[in-house]
Amino acid sequence: MSDLKITGLHKHYGAFHAVKGIDLDVPSGEFTVLVGPSGCGKSTLLRCIAGLEETSAGTVEIGGKDVTWARPRDRDIAMVFQNYALYPYLNVKDNIAFGLRARKFGEAEVEKRVARAAEMLGIGHLLQRFPRELSGGQRQRVAIGRAIVRDAILYLFDEPLSNLDAQLRDDMRVEIKRLHKELKRTMVYVTHDQIEAMTLADRIVLLRDGVIEQLGTPLDLFERPRTRFVAGFLGSPKMNFLDATLSASGVILKDGTTLELPGRSGLKPGQAVILGLRPQHIAMAGASIAKGHMRVPVVIELVQPTGSRVQATMPLGGASIIAELGAHDVSRPGEKTSIDIDMTHAIIIDPATETVI
Amino acid sequence: MSTLPFHRRKDVRLAFRYLLALLLVIVFVFPVYWLFIISFKTPDEIFAFPPVWYPESIQFANYKVLFKDGDAATVGNSLILATVSTVFAMILGTIAAYSLVRFKTGGENLAVWIISQRMMPPVAIVFPVFLLYVWLGWVDSYTGLIVLYTAFSLPYVIWMMRGYIEDIPLELEESALVDGCTRWEVLWKVVLPMARSGLFATAVFTFIFAWNDFLFALVLTRTEVTTYTVQVTHYFGGQSNFWAKIAAMSVLGTIPVFITVAIMQRFLVRGISMGAVKG
Repeated sequence: MSDLKITGLHKHYGAFHAVKGIDLDVPSGEFTVLVGPSGCGKSTLLRCIAGLEETSAGTVEIGGKDVTWARPRDRDIAMVFQNYALYPYLNVKDNIAFGLRARKFGEAEVEKRVARAAEMLGIGHLLQRFPRELSGGQRQRVAIGRAIVRDAILYLFDEPLSNLDAQLRDDMRVEIKRLHKELKRTMVYVTHDQIEAMTLADRIVLLRDGVIEQLGTPLDLFERPRTRFVAGFLGSPKMNFLDATLSASGVILKDGTTLELPGRSGLKPGQAVILGLRPQHIAMAGASIAKGHMRVPVVIELVQPTGSRVQATMPLGGASIIAELGAHDVSRPGEKTSIDIDMTHAIIIDPATETVI
Repeated sequence: MSTLPFHRRKDVRLAFRYLLALLLVIVFVFPVYWLFIISFKTPDEIFAFPPVWYPESIQFANYKVLFKDGDAATVGNSLILATVSTVFAMILGTIAAYSLVRFKTGGENLAVWIISQRMMPPVAIVFPVFLLYVWLGWVDSYTGLIVLYTAFSLPYVIWMMRGYIEDIPLELEESALVDGCTRWEVLWKVVLPMARSGLFATAVFTFIFAWNDFLFALVLTRTEVTTYTVQVTHYFGGQSNFWAKIAAMSVLGTIPVFITVAIMQRFLVRGISMGAVKG
C-alpha cells in the first residue's frame, strides 16, 4: 500500500508555475528524498503535501485518503522544519509535547511518549532547558523529537540539516537514517544536498524546473542517469562532460583522441555527442589495461588532496577533466603520466535533447 | 596657567553632567511633587506665602471630601471605561492584525488606510457622534464611551500588532498547524506568546489614550459616567479655583496609570524596542 500518492499536481504562484504536473507514489515505510537545485519546486511540493500550500490542480492522498483540500492538522503528518521552528517560550519537554497536547493526549501518555522520544534522540537531560540554551545540533534533535513523538502516517523533512555545520550534518544524517530504520515509517525528505540524498534515500526523486527529471534508487540514478542534468547533479566531484563525435565503435574527442565504447551497437558515426565520464571511473595507469578500459597520456594540471583521495585536474580532448585518484598517485602539477578510463561506465548524451543515448 | 591632569578633568566633566541631570530632574519632578504635596495640605498652607515646601502634617481631608461627595467615583468610571475599551481593542485589533499579516486581507494597502483613520482630529467627529448617540440613547452611558474608545484605539492597536506579528517566523505557525492546531489555536498558543511584549506595550498605550481622553468624555457624558478628567475641570470656578480638590483628584487620576506602567515596565521596554528593531 502506498502512504502517499500524488497525481497530476500543479502549483502556480501568480504567473510563476512552480510545480508542473507531478505524479508520485511513496510506498509504506519508504524513505523518499526530493532533491534538486534551488527553485526546482521540491519545497513547494513538500508544502503541498503538508497542506501549507493549496494545490492549483491535482490530488494528494495520504494513507489512502484524499487530503487535497484537508487542513494540515487533518492529514496525519508530522514535519521537521529547516529553522527548527521551536517555540522559544516553551522548554524542550513542552516543545516536544506541543503536538500531543494539541491533539488532546492525556498527560500520562504525553510523559511516556516524550520520555521515549527524548531517549531515542539522546536529549533526555535537556528536557527542562529552553531552546535558546541549546546548540544547533541539539535544537535540531528537539525538532525531530517533536515530529517522531507523534504516530503520523507520513513524516516530512524540509531541509532539516542545512543550518548545521558540516561535521554535525554528517552526525545527524546517521541519526536520521537510524531513526528511519527503527521507526520504519514513511518519510519524505527535501534537500538540495546530493550527498544527503544519496546516503539517506531508499528512492530519490530528482526535480528540475517543477518536473520529475528522474526517479529511482540512488545507485540507479548514479549509474544509469537518463539525462545530462541527472548525470551532472549526482556525484562529487561532478561528472566530466566532453564534446565528441561518434565513430563506428566509440567516440572521437576534439583533439582526435579515440576512445572505444565496449559493448555498444547501433552507433551512428559522425553524430555529435557529449561523452560523460565520472571522476571515479578514471584511474592511474596500471601494469596492464583492464577490459573495457582505455589508456590515455595526460599532464596533471592541478592537484587537490582530500586525504583519502586526490582530485587531479588534467586537460583531455580540448577540455579540462577531473579524476579521482589514489591519495599517493600524483603529487604535483606538471607531472606527465597516463590514466586508464573505464569506458564500460561512460555515458553518451545527445546534445540536442540532453538525454542519455 | 596650569592645566588640570587628565583624570581631574574627567572628574570635573562628570560633576558637571550630574549637575545638569539634577537640574533637569528638578524641572520635571517638581510640579509632580507640588501636586502631591498640595493634596495633603490644609487650605491655609496652600495659600501661604512664602510657600510651604512641605506640610507640617499629612492631611487626608482633601481626599475624604472627594470620597464623601462621590467625586472619587469618576476615577472608577475612567478605570472601567479605559480597561474595558482596552480589552476590546486589544482582542479585536490583534485578530484584525493577524488577518492582515497572514491572509493579506484587503490587499497591501488596507493597513495604511486603517492607520490613516487615526490621523483624523477627534474634534472633527465628536459632534456627529454626539448626534448619533442622542439618537441611539448612548449619551452618558458606559456603552457609548467604550464603543468610541475602542473604535478610536483600534487603528493604533492594529498598526502596532501588525508589526509585532510580522516579526514572528512563519515556520512556528506552520509547525503548529501541522502539529494539530486550528488557526484560532495558533493565534492563542503561538502568536500571543510570541508577541507578548508587544501586546502589553500596545495595551498600556491604548489604556493611557482612553484614560487621558477629555474631549469625548466632556461632550458625551453628563452625570452618570463622568470621567475624572472632566471632573477636575469642575473645580476651576469663575470666582476661585479649588486647588486642594484639583490636586487630590489629579493624584487619584495618576495612581492607576502609575501602577499599570510599573507592572508592565518589563514588557514595555522590550515591546517598544521590539517593534523598532527587526531582529
